[in-house]
Amino acid sequence: MNATAWAWLVLLFPLLGSIAIALGFKVLPSKAAGAIGTAAIGLAFVCGVAALISLLGEAPEARHHASSLWDYASVAGLEIKLGIFVDPLSVFMVLIVTGVSTLIHLYSYGYMQSDEGYHRFFSYLNFFVFSMLLLVLAGNFVLLIVGWAFVGFASYALISFWYRRTTATKAGMKAFVINVVGDIGLVLAAFLIFRELGTFEYSEVFAKAPQVFSTNEWTITAICLLLLVGAFAKSAQLPFHTWLPDAMEGPTPVSSLIHAATMVTAGVYLIARTHTLFVLAPTAADIAAFTGLATLLVAGTIALVMTDLKRAIAYSTMSQIGYMIMGVSIGAYSAGMFHLMTHAFFKALLFMAAGSIIAAMANNQNIDDMKGFGKAMRFTSITMLCGGLALAAFPGTSGFFSKDEILAYATARGGMYEIFTVLGYFGALLTAIYTFRLIFRVLPGRPCEEAQELIDTGHVHHAHPFNPATGEEEDTDVGFPGADHHIAEQSWPMRAAMGVLAFLALFAGLIQVPGLDEVVTKFLDPVFADSPLAEIVPSVGASWAGLAIGATISIVGIGIAYWLYIARPETPAMLIRRLRPLHTFLVNKWYFDEAIEFLIVRPALAIGRFANRTFERIVVDGLVNGTEDFVGGSGRIVRVVQSGFVRSYALLLIVGFAGLALYFLLSSS
Amino acid sequence: MNTEWYIVLSSLLFAVGAMGILIRRSPVVILLCLEIMLNAGNLSLVAFSRMVGNQQGQIFAIVVMVVAACEVVVGLGLIVAIFRRKLPLDVDELRELRG
Amino acid sequence: MEAVLFFFAALGALGGAVGVVALRNPFYGVLALIVHLFSLAVLFLLLSAAFVAAAQVVVYAGAVMVLYVFVTAYVGGDTESAWEPIPGQRFLAPLMGAAIFVELSIAVLGSSLVALGTHGPDVNPGFGDPAGIGRLLLERFLLAFEASSILLLLAAVGAVVLAGRARTEGAGKGAASGSSEHSSEAPAERSEDPLAAPSHAGGTA
Repeated sequence: MNATAWAWLVLLFPLLGSIAIALGFKVLPSKAAGAIGTAAIGLAFVCGVAALISLLGEAPEARHHASSLWDYASVAGLEIKLGIFVDPLSVFMVLIVTGVSTLIHLYSYGYMQSDEGYHRFFSYLNFFVFSMLLLVLAGNFVLLIVGWAFVGFASYALISFWYRRTTATKAGMKAFVINVVGDIGLVLAAFLIFRELGTFEYSEVFAKAPQVFSTNEWTITAICLLLLVGAFAKSAQLPFHTWLPDAMEGPTPVSSLIHAATMVTAGVYLIARTHTLFVLAPTAADIAAFTGLATLLVAGTIALVMTDLKRAIAYSTMSQIGYMIMGVSIGAYSAGMFHLMTHAFFKALLFMAAGSIIAAMANNQNIDDMKGFGKAMRFTSITMLCGGLALAAFPGTSGFFSKDEILAYATARGGMYEIFTVLGYFGALLTAIYTFRLIFRVLPGRPCEEAQELIDTGHVHHAHPFNPATGEEEDTDVGFPGADHHIAEQSWPMRAAMGVLAFLALFAGLIQVPGLDEVVTKFLDPVFADSPLAEIVPSVGASWAGLAIGATISIVGIGIAYWLYIARPETPAMLIRRLRPLHTFLVNKWYFDEAIEFLIVRPALAIGRFANRTFERIVVDGLVNGTEDFVGGSGRIVRVVQSGFVRSYALLLIVGFAGLALYFLLSSS
Repeated sequence: MNTEWYIVLSSLLFAVGAMGILIRRSPVVILLCLEIMLNAGNLSLVAFSRMVGNQQGQIFAIVVMVVAACEVVVGLGLIVAIFRRKLPLDVDELRELRG
Repeated sequence: MEAVLFFFAALGALGGAVGVVALRNPFYGVLALIVHLFSLAVLFLLLSAAFVAAAQVVVYAGAVMVLYVFVTAYVGGDTESAWEPIPGQRFLAPLMGAAIFVELSIAVLGSSLVALGTHGPDVNPGFGDPAGIGRLLLERFLLAFEASSILLLLAAVGAVVLAGRARTEGAGKGAASGSSEHSSEAPAERSEDPLAAPSHAGGTA
């Protein structure tokens, strides 16, 4: 079979899985939903590999195929097809999405075991994977928008999975609303593209764009800026990022899959896919790059002071995606996509480990209460260390090769772009510090109560279920997570998934060693061949120099973290005392939430109140009631004639007849 | 006699019948006045038939008689029904269909 | 001779009509109408419409008026009250009557019908005979003839339904009303009460 047939199968299996679990949720035995879900994604992964193999069997220039199932609309110049586009970039994304998703499904098989909403979870998760694959495989902008919207819905459904928790539902709504803002940008961009180029199909748009637009013309810049609105909202970049930390209300596998590995990378994929347009609008590309850089730094600083384990990792995600956005905007396409891949591995792993630790803490997510899990949970701590090393770009790990490749490219491009390198390395320093801040606070040291309980009895600490954000008590019925939690040490699916990811986090970088193999670059080159920026290739020497600098910074960062949290543990408290205003500023997340509340939410609510009180009550009701009164009044007046007396009706009849006869007599005389 | 006398008589009878309907309140008498009006019409039909010279007007008059008979039957049936329900037999009292 | 006959017949017709309108007692009104109908029959004879005249006497004065007599006897007749609830009715009615008369007369007499002032063509003695009428009815006006017969059927059925018992058992056609009168009286008590309270229903049967 050819690549597009495999691609259709890739789309089919998760959809079937989702529907099967949804329809059969009452009859399926308890763990069958998990098995079906995992198997569906596993099959999709296999088909993805098959697509890759068949793609590799072709010449590099010919590796792009479009295939369509049927025409959605074919009217008056509007041609929309249900079509996919298979090329190295989409297959790359398919493999990452399905591969990591299979592992996360496997992890959830064990982790969500005692949740009352087990079946619903897997159905939603499968649906999410289907939507993400649809987004990635879409061959035209309309289907892209469909996948984009579905992914937003899946994210909402999974964030609010524990729907009886008000914090979760509010977070879900916040995520969805901000995503919709992004959707608007994307849709407007699609409209503009259609207006200027007359088509939605990728192949036609990217072929026509260089002919129709001249560089930095305002239409193409507008299109790219609108695309950026969509990308930033989905990828949680400034200023659309406020939903991501709140999205940690969802179960840990959800955070791991959606908000680390796949959905938030959709923005990066979008920019990479539409790179032809961004080449024509360098201003927009620069804006994207600077936004990525800004996010990188802001999120990095906030992660330094976060005390909620999952939120700290979330800010780390935001920061790393800033790297990716920066990469694909300045032209380091393969480097950005490679970092996407490695980040998926180690960030998913970090979330999985965090989930295991939080389970051991009976849902308490505050790292102030966590200590000494290194002894209590060997496997979890080893895998967490692997993930942390990769995130901090420790020499030899996957994150090391991927992050520094982006920064080497920035240096190679030179000029203004050197600032990305400098600040990028500073961001890497922050990354190393905050990553090992987490690891050094949670893993070593004298075990805390819950860890001690685990060492002594082997049982997970049991506490009355409560909401970690507000502390309020919960019951164990559906809609809440319940009282039972599962740690990796006691659940083989969790260990299997985490083990695979740990291996990948450590060694996946070896496929892209500068000067040696560069598998990813060679694979993705045909996609980006039309961009002049792809011709800027850092020399091997410059790459290795960059790697050396990166290694140094990483080790320095880890050293600083060690000094702060293990050697001189009283230092952080002193620093907080000395720099209290800065600390408050960072703890309040640079006041973005408050700013948005003030600038957008309050005016919107005020408009709503005005509309209800004034417009609705006075204008609309006035109109409706006024019409009613008018009709009723005129009816009352006319009713006087209906007296009910037959004789008066007869009189009217005869008067009328006489009058008519008189008229005709007069008119004919 | 000239035809015009018959026509004048017919319109006079018609007017008398109309006035009767407007003035009287008993349903029976109103029906009687209706009869007068119908017969006035019949008279003018037959007069014109004689004036023209063919018998079509007379056929028309016969059909009018048939119709009048039917109408009387139904109307009197209504009056009997009203009487049987002990409702007042007065056209002014029977005015439920008012606005 | 003809003028004298016309004069008397016209007087009879007019007198009967005025009598219907003016007489208080409905029974007297019915009798007045009978006089009116007979006078009209004479007028028809004067107009060489023999069959129509006969039909007038037999059908109209014979059957229809008998029906009126029966119903008036059954229903009786109250004197109508003097108070007029509709303002202006008593004033406008004669006025409108006069207006109609004047307008109709002017309309017909002032029209351009040339033959209006004549006696009409000379007709052969068979004019107005039953044979001629019959031939016309069955040949030229067959549809009207059949339609009228259906109309008569409908009217008969309708009248029976209207005046018969209000419940499902339909009385036979008018003839059976005598025997069913008694038994239909009691249920009629039950059914005749749109204004009385329904709780009265069980009491009588």
